[in-house]
Amino acid sequence: MGVDFIYPEFEVIRNESRCIACRVCERQCANEVHFFSPERGIMMSDETKCVDCQRCVSLCPTRALKIIRSDCALRENANWPDSTIKEIYRQASSGGVLLSSMGTPKAYPVYWDKIVINASQVTNPSIDPLREPMETRVTLGKKPDKIRRGEDGRIVYELPPQISLSMPILFSAMSYGSLSYNAHASLARAAEELGILYNTGEGGLHEDFYCYGPNTIVQVASGRFGVHMDYLKAGSAIEIKIGQGAKPGIGGHLPGTKIVGDISRTRMIPEGTDAISPAPHHDIYSIEDLRQLVFSLKEAINYSKPIIVKVAAVHNIAAIASGIARSGADIIAIDGIRGGTGAAPTRIRDNVGIPIELALAAVDQRLREEGIRNNVSLVIGGSVRSSTDVVKAIALGADACYIATSALLALGCHLCRTCHTGKCNWGIATQNPELVKRLNPDIGSKRLVNLMTAWRHEIMELMGGMGINSIEALRGNRLMLRGVGLTEKELEILGISHAGE
Amino acid sequence: MKRVYVDEQWCLGCHLCEYNCAFANSGLPDMVLALKGKPIYPRIHIEGHDKITYAVSCRHCEDPICVKSCIAGAISKDGEVVKIDRSRCVSCYTCILVCPYGALTPDENGVMQKCELCLENACGEPACVKGCPNRAIIYEERGEA
Repeated sequence: MGVDFIYPEFEVIRNESRCIACRVCERQCANEVHFFSPERGIMMSDETKCVDCQRCVSLCPTRALKIIRSDCALRENANWPDSTIKEIYRQASSGGVLLSSMGTPKAYPVYWDKIVINASQVTNPSIDPLREPMETRVTLGKKPDKIRRGEDGRIVYELPPQISLSMPILFSAMSYGSLSYNAHASLARAAEELGILYNTGEGGLHEDFYCYGPNTIVQVASGRFGVHMDYLKAGSAIEIKIGQGAKPGIGGHLPGTKIVGDISRTRMIPEGTDAISPAPHHDIYSIEDLRQLVFSLKEAINYSKPIIVKVAAVHNIAAIASGIARSGADIIAIDGIRGGTGAAPTRIRDNVGIPIELALAAVDQRLREEGIRNNVSLVIGGSVRSSTDVVKAIALGADACYIATSALLALGCHLCRTCHTGKCNWGIATQNPELVKRLNPDIGSKRLVNLMTAWRHEIMELMGGMGINSIEALRGNRLMLRGVGLTEKELEILGISHAGE
Repeated sequence: MKRVYVDEQWCLGCHLCEYNCAFANSGLPDMVLALKGKPIYPRIHIEGHDKITYAVSCRHCEDPICVKSCIAGAISKDGEVVKIDRSRCVSCYTCILVCPYGALTPDENGVMQKCELCLENACGEPACVKGCPNRAIIYEERGEA
């Protein structure tokens, strides 16, 4: 209280005429906002603990609850917004770095929303995906740059290792530890049913999930947690994680309190020890070093699977990607500034990196100019929110998109952005067994399958409208895009014309 | 026959099934009118403690001991569903004594009531199953008694 006091950000509005005091809100709130007052005979709430996750709102059987933003405000000031002042109060009180979760809430331009898609009219026919075949399958990996023939003159079909996806989407890296067991189970089961891949993140692979190996990307990050021979062999691809869009240039830190039981075993570190992923890989200080790790991993798995190198989108991303494309990597994954995280320093998340649309266009352009675009496939992520974002990304030059926040939303996440507290009321970003069981993977995997099936339908409709019947024919087809309300420079970087041109 | 099964692995102990049950059997059109300010008398009950919870309702036994024990002949089998004619109940509570699941409970007037799978009320399918947020209560055919 006193100088430390910050008025609660949210208010719990309970419609007394509807509340039947069933106490579902009380039982379901891990933050202990709601409680029953026997003296008054009614439900009460302590808003100071509310994070606006909407669990109580969703489960209230009489719709008696809503959570609203508090209108208790400091005097309006364009230079010193309410949030900025309160961050200063928090730091003055704690002396610590501000922590945040999920993607940045800052209003960076979303270029997806400033790009429109073409459709066929009169002079070229559109295609009805319900009547005609429409291909959404993509294969990721290094493609041969010329046709090779054997001594007998026949074409040699040997290809470098590839991964095949039924649609141009993969579930992005989220570790077991940052996510619950049931969230991982949901992702793995959905990936298998959909014929796509999910990514272990840097937390190892739980022994129960080795059966989903063909639909798994195993990650090797700077902490090398959970990496062993069987792990490397378990998946369909190995991803070397250099950086993450939400926190380029810094490592990770899973507190010792979360390293318990299965997580400790899966990460291969003692219970209760902090899992600290260093900012850099201590064996990578150049493209040549990266090449060594790429080939060490390839050697370990007998050159049988593609290697992905994941980096955050930063200023010289085109040059960086060019280097990676020459390092022997088969796939480059780029994560933009709006990408999510289980926990990151707020200032880093909100200020470091560049938007993924610009990074993607710049990288695709550079790799084409250098004649090495076929050396690698390009996967992008960092807030891909809908089927149209996917279509625009493909037309800008991506081979496929990584989605994570969208997938979590399908599992029930309400984007309250407090994953770092470990008290996720939806059973997603928590290790508390009471909370973890709130996510039934039967429901979770079904919802993921529903979402992806819906997106696939929409992608086919959009492609059909453009008169394109294969996702391969859309890739890098920037003529299908036009900008609205963009500057000359933005259009130049995106490599698209303005609407009307 | 189709029965109500409970998977305690997914039961959150939220007690919504009890409220949905009480509402479905109230005969009233809205939940607030049916349940606000009153104690509820559901036909399904959450049992357990802090760590493990599960819902218990009538198992609709193949050879129900409650039917045999009812001194008023109020409980009977209608096909495979165990039903109670509440107008014949004399509140002797013998059924409470004999039911191994504790599935029968009295209403506010002491008249016995039990789960009849919502076949008789406006819900048409078990309200507890329909309203369970985590699919911990399932209504399905499993082949065994």
